[in-house]
Amino acid sequence: MTGQRDPILKIEGLTKSFHDVHVLMDINLSIEEGAFLVLVGPSGCGKSTLLNCVAGLEAQTSGRILIGGRDMTRVAPKDRDIAMVFQSYALYPNMSVARNITFGMKVRGATRAQQKSALEKVAGMLKIDHLLDRRPAQLSGGQRQRVAMGRALVRQPKLFLLDEPLSNLDAKLRVEMRAEIKRLHRALGATIVYVTHDQTEAMSLATEVAVMEGGVIAQLGPPQQVYDYPVNTFVAGFIGSPAMNFVDGRIRTDGGVVRIAVALDGAVQEFRADHYPFADGIEDGAEVVLGIRPEYVTGAGHSADEPGVALDLIPTLVETNGFDQHVNLALGDSDISGRFSPREQIRIGTPVRTRIDLSQMSVFDRRTRRRL
Amino acid sequence: MTDATLKIAPTGPPARRRIARAVLRGLLYLLLVLFVAYYILPLFVMAITSLKSLDEIRAGSLMSLPQSVSLISWATAWSSACAGIQCEGLQPFFWNSVKMVVPAVFLSTFLGAVNGYALSHWRFRGANLIFALMLFGCFIPFQVVLLPMARTLGLLGLAGSLSGLVLVHVIYGLGFTTLFFRNYYVTIPLELVKAAKIDGAGFFTIFFRIFLPLSPPIIVVTVIWQFTQIWNDFLFGVSFSQAGTQPVTVALNNIVNSTTGVKEYNVDMAAAIIAGLPTLIVYVLAGKYFIRGLTAGSVKG
Repeated sequence: MTGQRDPILKIEGLTKSFHDVHVLMDINLSIEEGAFLVLVGPSGCGKSTLLNCVAGLEAQTSGRILIGGRDMTRVAPKDRDIAMVFQSYALYPNMSVARNITFGMKVRGATRAQQKSALEKVAGMLKIDHLLDRRPAQLSGGQRQRVAMGRALVRQPKLFLLDEPLSNLDAKLRVEMRAEIKRLHRALGATIVYVTHDQTEAMSLATEVAVMEGGVIAQLGPPQQVYDYPVNTFVAGFIGSPAMNFVDGRIRTDGGVVRIAVALDGAVQEFRADHYPFADGIEDGAEVVLGIRPEYVTGAGHSADEPGVALDLIPTLVETNGFDQHVNLALGDSDISGRFSPREQIRIGTPVRTRIDLSQMSVFDRRTRRRL
Repeated sequence: MTDATLKIAPTGPPARRRIARAVLRGLLYLLLVLFVAYYILPLFVMAITSLKSLDEIRAGSLMSLPQSVSLISWATAWSSACAGIQCEGLQPFFWNSVKMVVPAVFLSTFLGAVNGYALSHWRFRGANLIFALMLFGCFIPFQVVLLPMARTLGLLGLAGSLSGLVLVHVIYGLGFTTLFFRNYYVTIPLELVKAAKIDGAGFFTIFFRIFLPLSPPIIVVTVIWQFTQIWNDFLFGVSFSQAGTQPVTVALNNIVNSTTGVKEYNVDMAAAIIAGLPTLIVYVLAGKYFIRGLTAGSVKG
């Protein structure tokens, strides 16, 4: 660590239990200044609890949280140099927008002049100058969201904590505010911890993603890395939409060549998997799960030299979204989903030539569900 | 006539249905008028009786309007009727009640607000148990605690004083006022307190700057409730007061029951109306907020 700056946020062996329920187990992470960390996971995975622990709104059971190198265990939320934005915005209903934004400064004894100049700066940045005299009840959802952001920005904290800030907005506004948050992050060089259950938000905002499951961080890394190399089937299935396809298979290593046998459409097909970077040694006959992203299940041309396996599969569901078609295809007992060009004529029940590109697949142990 | 299929088919000729509806409506109004009469009648009888002279009361029927309106019995009831041996009317006792009710309502409402706020937004260990016990307190009959309360007031040196009565009513009101405020405050999102904590506000800053400004509807409900309870109370008033500190309800009882010789119904009625007037006025002034506040917790605005 010599020569490096202290991380803004460092969490060491954090656990949190309510009576016998372990909500967080041995959480370790560390982020540098300017990072955008997104905690993502299904509801109940502990991501909001983790954020509340960092904020000091809930006390951890054991472990340490350091903000700017300082141990925060006994420090009250107001003294942690953080600001937080909530899903419900939590604007003070009885105060005007201006007073909502400056309330924290006022409580901390800032002068009127200080409050005014900080307010003007933030209001300009968020384009809410014209709303300052209104009450929260008179604002639209998007405007409330901006005010909530303003309340966080005005104090210029070391660390921003955002708890599902976009979940209450409609789809279009959500995309707009997402871009806005990204812009603010870059413009201010702010360090942000962001909680969401929406993997699209996680992918588009994060510099680092922590995928959480059942109180542990399943995987921590840059979004593309998490997308390309998920560590287990949970992460693989959670990140990406439509979700990754899982197909059962078996490893064959006879003759020094690694092959994977898959029951495709009744017949067992074998194909070479030499290119796959297996982490550990693999055994002949090991039962595995192949993870194949839908974008590698596409329409096949008629030339034979394209990579992967070509099959005739029967579509069971077609969803068009303009730039491609999302098609479910019957494969054995289950379906596999693929993305097809919108120009392709696809009819439910009529077999379609499908190419499954296996060069970008993930292979998981079928028992442990971990990446091989 | 293609659009006729969209309408629900009528069940009978329109004229007959209109008549049936009018009859039903008429019956409904009749019923409501009967109820209004039933509730207003006692007050009406009291009011006209208080305006009649004693001779007219003895001669005329109960329901007839006074032949000549006289306010003498009101003046008597206010300033010269005899309650026991003291013949100063209701006046001194009325002011006793005011001196008791104002601090008792204020304190019990304020403490109920703080309690409700703490119980709903600062969930400490045992908060539910404490709330359950406070609710339990609402259902203990007054008679059960008369003796222990008398002993406690004696130990505190408050026996027979107005302060003692205030204390008793504050303690007895706390269960209800806490319940009212707690149920109102649980509808306020927890995140509001979290946001304020991060902004740097403490327990009382959050209470005074954020919760109290949101509370007028429930404050009105609580004040009306407490005012009515405390003003109308007789049992505590008669048990824990002494000559000079009795509230108006006790004095009314004494005026009505200690008349010697001729029973002055007109004075009794006037006194009863005077004693009941403050709660009526409070309800008339704040009644619409009362209804609004009672439903505020259930329908989130």
